[in-house]
Amino acid sequence: MRTYGRRVVITGQGVISPVGLSVNDFWDSLMAGRSGVGPIQSFDASELPVQIAGEVTGFDPLDYMVRTVSRRIDKYAQFAVAAAMQAVENSKIIIDDANTHRVGVLIGSGYGPTALVQSGTLTLDQRGHRGLAPWLSAATSIDCAAGEVALRLGATGPSGAVSTACASGTSAVGEAMRMIQRGDVDAVIAGGADNSITSFDIGSTAMSRALSRRNDDPQRASRPFDKNRDGFVMAAGAGALVLEDAHSAERRGAPILAEVVGYGATSDAYHPTAPHPEGLGARRAMQLALDDAGIPASEVDHINAHGTSTVLNDRTEAAAIRKVFGAHAENIPISGVKSMTGHMIGAAGAVELIATVQAILTGHVPPTINCDDPEDTGLNFVPHKPQQHDVRVAVSNSFGFAGHNATLVVRRYE
Amino acid sequence: MSKERLLSEFAEIVSEVVGLPVGEVQPDSHLRDDLDIDSLSMVEIMVAVEEKFGVATPDEIAADLETVGAVLDHIEQNQSVGVA
Repeated sequence: MRTYGRRVVITGQGVISPVGLSVNDFWDSLMAGRSGVGPIQSFDASELPVQIAGEVTGFDPLDYMVRTVSRRIDKYAQFAVAAAMQAVENSKIIIDDANTHRVGVLIGSGYGPTALVQSGTLTLDQRGHRGLAPWLSAATSIDCAAGEVALRLGATGPSGAVSTACASGTSAVGEAMRMIQRGDVDAVIAGGADNSITSFDIGSTAMSRALSRRNDDPQRASRPFDKNRDGFVMAAGAGALVLEDAHSAERRGAPILAEVVGYGATSDAYHPTAPHPEGLGARRAMQLALDDAGIPASEVDHINAHGTSTVLNDRTEAAAIRKVFGAHAENIPISGVKSMTGHMIGAAGAVELIATVQAILTGHVPPTINCDDPEDTGLNFVPHKPQQHDVRVAVSNSFGFAGHNATLVVRRYE
Repeated sequence: MSKERLLSEFAEIVSEVVGLPVGEVQPDSHLRDDLDIDSLSMVEIMVAVEEKFGVATPDEIAADLETVGAVLDHIEQNQSVGVA
């Protein structure tokens, strides 16, 4: 049951993704069932077993920052700054002397600035330490995105990174919710960002056997809950949300999009990459989030699944959903938006929470494209096309490598 | 090296680091106030100066260089010392 008095609401959202560079474009793509997966363009992947990804295309960092800043930070941090600026603009929150110390920043990332780490390491090898730019030390850390966002927005409350692999974005929002509930701050810019599409990332993840090798049919490679799935598709982007204490938001007449009512986090403590075979950690995360919200499973209208398109995740997640939701599981539309975005790693949870909020606001749940032959025929994975569905309460799941599990519950604000 | 050529080569370094057009880098430009060069950019610029002109600049000397003209004088003086 809830033990905190303060209610936490979402007042702004921002998205940089392979299927759109704003919340509206992203949502239009999901409603159209558009895939953002294609052959890798940003480096030569011809020697790798995996040559496809969900890259962010058409993004110009100079739309959001001056060149002095953009050249000193990794793309993952550029994406975070862009998504955060969109979210702040949409929320109409003014950060100034009156509230700056009451505004925090939490940006999750699974892998962080991997492209800069990789290029810096090669420079060190070829030119020695004098070849390393003086800003690399700050820019190659996992908290760089959070620091850059705080600096840009002038937010002087607590800031930092949350890193729980593929659950990072969800963990960041959940921990941000706690910061507000505890009264540490009145608002947090929370979200996640990743751009792990380098030869190192794709090569190493391919070696772990987690990635789809459907190189000849990229748009059909990410197929959550479909029996013919063969792994996830690496993708890039960022999602950011402005979370606020409901009273502060109401007082300033903010646009309130939804309420974050529950958060549950657990660990499998089982295996570095494989989920617990019975989904114990995932089940517990969902149950804890529902208990935290004080909402029975029977009242949940929609689930935004983790749904990575790996053989193990999707089987375990579907079974875990059945365990937690019982007979009601068959009434719940379960969306796998990674079928369109690919797996944006640390950004995934934040971006998928935004999709979940959009479902509440619009009464449409996004499809799971490529779900031709469902893993569990009794569950509604919203195959191919979006469905009209009134959503009051929804759950968003994220389960990461190393067995990090995080679940959020959001509700229509009323 | 002529003063004009020195200025133009230094301006290229500055332009690469801070993204300003080379034409904005003039002898009387103030590094911090006019060209927005902060401490990190200054380190990067002085490493590039060393690679291009063979002039090493200790941090305590770099800290006293406030204008483009001062940097150019510093390069000229130390280059000629090196040659002599």
